Amino acid sequence: MPVIPAAFSYHRPKSIQEAVALLAELGENGRALAGGHSLIPMMKLRLASPGNLVDLAGIDELKGVRVDGKDIVIGAMTTQHELIASNLLADKIPIICEASLQIADPQVRYLGTLGGNVANGDPGNDMPAVMICLSASYNVAGKSGERRVAAREFYQGAYLTALEIGEVLTAVRIPAPATGHGWAYEKLKRKVGDYATAAAAVMLTMKGSKVESCSIGLTNVADTPLWAQEAAKILTGSALDPATIKKAVAAAEAITSPASDARGPAQYRTKMAGVMLARALEHAKSRARG
Amino acid sequence: MAKSQIELKVNGKSVEALVEPRTLLIHFLREQLNLTGPHIGCETSHCGACTVDLDGKSVKSCTIFAVQVNGADIRTIEGIANADGTLHAIQEGFREMHGLQCGFCTPGMITRAYRLLQENKNPSEEEIRFGIAGNLCRCTGYQNIVKAIQFAAAKLNGVPFQEAAE
Repeated sequence: MPVIPAAFSYHRPKSIQEAVALLAELGENGRALAGGHSLIPMMKLRLASPGNLVDLAGIDELKGVRVDGKDIVIGAMTTQHELIASNLLADKIPIICEASLQIADPQVRYLGTLGGNVANGDPGNDMPAVMICLSASYNVAGKSGERRVAAREFYQGAYLTALEIGEVLTAVRIPAPATGHGWAYEKLKRKVGDYATAAAAVMLTMKGSKVESCSIGLTNVADTPLWAQEAAKILTGSALDPATIKKAVAAAEAITSPASDARGPAQYRTKMAGVMLARALEHAKSRARG
Repeated sequence: MAKSQIELKVNGKSVEALVEPRTLLIHFLREQLNLTGPHIGCETSHCGACTVDLDGKSVKSCTIFAVQVNGADIRTIEGIANADGTLHAIQEGFREMHGLQCGFCTPGMITRAYRLLQENKNPSEEEIRFGIAGNLCRCTGYQNIVKAIQFAAAKLNGVPFQEAAE
């Protein structure tokens, strides 16, 4: 197994503008480098051999978590470690901290970034389903300016996203969830550092004993992260009673199409997506106030 | 491919070197600086044997290019002992608690534990296990590694170490 990547030229731009100009000029021969914990392993296996790497680590404007009106904006180069340590996120969007803690291991989280995780397009990445659940959007910079793409429209297939050659995902924008909301990210994995066999992200608000609103994202049970709209619709207005949960779980399972792989046969992974969803619903309910 | 000039600090000493962009940090440390403490275990970002401390972060040096660490401050197992040459409390813990058998994972374990104890002076057993989840050991079953880190935490905090009942 080769472990030495193919040769490449290294670039370290200081601004988004500079990075975008470089990537536009390099075209298919250039790749943006974020935390490197997906790209470098792929380069070692020669599954990727870009002739040029454009390292985004020197661009300060890509880092940090801030409030912008009713949204929380997270710079693409913010690491998982920084997400976990963010008081702002712990207070406003704790599901991001909960999901980050389940990604890989401490060393990987020190370098792995939110932008890399959502832009990579690997169905095994955890953050895309969380962002779909949160109704996030991505800021994408290109040579002709900046555009915004909804997370729910970003993923087109395995490693296939709305990101075009020469574009860089610069930030993730999330509408601040309602105060008192319930949340959970439940992930089944075989061991530390593994991608999910199946995982479910749930955000909900309760009014008395009834679900007022609900959103669900599923990880690694299809070529793309899934937004389980029908399941959420079934749950809205219910008291999360066992019969309704069963119906919602069935609706969520119905939209999955996982691969059979080392993590288990497709049928098993579909069922595990249902189990993760049921657990996430319980957990989110127990945390909701209102 | 043209080489790049990098300048960094390694174990307190300034280093200047020319590196090919594709040179991984672990290969740079071992082959150009002759620091063979950080080990190459899996070379696939899993095992943690190559862990080094980089600007206050534990990182797997097999999954970062040397050219990326230009300007950084790096500490490897070679730079963990106290300035007077005595063992660091974590090293002492690994010796006293038998935190190793074959020793292959030990440099990475100790370097990781070093950062863990900087961030959390008094971790619980659960926090230690979560904190070293990126370091694999195939000999010990981790029990004595956890004890070694607890020993070090107690020593660094100036309190007597009490081994938990088995």
